[in-house]
Amino acid sequence: MFRAAVRLSVSGARSLTRPQLGLTAPLAQRCYAHGGKLESDEEFDARWVTYFNKADIDAWELRKGMNTLIGYDLVPEPKILEAALRACRRLNDLASAIRILEAVKDKSGPHKKIYPYLIQELRPTLDELGISTPEELGMD
Amino acid sequence: MLHLTTGRVGCLLSKQAVVALTSSGARMSSHGHHEVSDSVDMSQPMYWDRLDTPLPDRPWKDVLDSTDKSLKQKEKGPWTALSKEEKIALYRLKFNHTYPEMKRPSHEWKTVIGGMFIFFGITGLVVFWQCHYVYPPQPHTFGEEWQAKQIQRMLDMRINPIEGFSAQWDYKNKQWK
Repeated sequence: MFRAAVRLSVSGARSLTRPQLGLTAPLAQRCYAHGGKLESDEEFDARWVTYFNKADIDAWELRKGMNTLIGYDLVPEPKILEAALRACRRLNDLASAIRILEAVKDKSGPHKKIYPYLIQELRPTLDELGISTPEELGMD
Repeated sequence: MLHLTTGRVGCLLSKQAVVALTSSGARMSSHGHHEVSDSVDMSQPMYWDRLDTPLPDRPWKDVLDSTDKSLKQKEKGPWTALSKEEKIALYRLKFNHTYPEMKRPSHEWKTVIGGMFIFFGITGLVVFWQCHYVYPPQPHTFGEEWQAKQIQRMLDMRINPIEGFSAQWDYKNKQWK
């Protein structure tokens, strides 16, 4: 859903002007790079959630996954971030969890409403795992 | 020999990493891997602060003393038991700069603009010296009197009388239109 609203590249400029958080048009997200069929937003999300939900994920996979995800032209959905934060918990890595929150805030760029929305959606997970946001720790 | 060649940091990424490493070397955080003073061992995983790479290849501080180790042990338990200071300490063990610190504005532009103006000034001095010492004297045809006579002659010859030079001169009242 966020991909529709917050496409950060120039071609999506028309949807950037109004950050409507309720947009649900499932745009085809991934392109035909290998000649296959288009992947929908839901499939993309599901793929990433599965990636981070791997029970024995290791630190390298977490770093690789996170760095790749941040490299995309989108802000990840809360459910992907939740899976990533839980992966941090399995790896006993609080610092990376906070770093992930900082990274998605930076990823939202000029759209100031995205990050508070993400935190609101992630609040149960943050409370459950005991992750403080960078704002709570005074790191901003 | 390898260290000599690795000293030549060509790409921006390694330059940033070297900056991160050398700036940290000035402070007391301990990195066991490399010699900050001369060159960086590029065959080891490196740390860098980049906005688009939130989790670099290695933690910032990987030579942990006993307080750090005990904090790391505590990290294995529930994070709700950690105080704010401990959480901040854990973050600072793993990362050097926070995102706002990475994005802080630098004062480099003042150096750039200042340097530009200095070069303009030096160029101006060079040009001035050149005007004074290098250029030959002006041709005599540039003098005031000569120019006045020249214009009068052009008007007498009716140069461009329709749209151009003489068209601007009012012959009856002997002045420019």
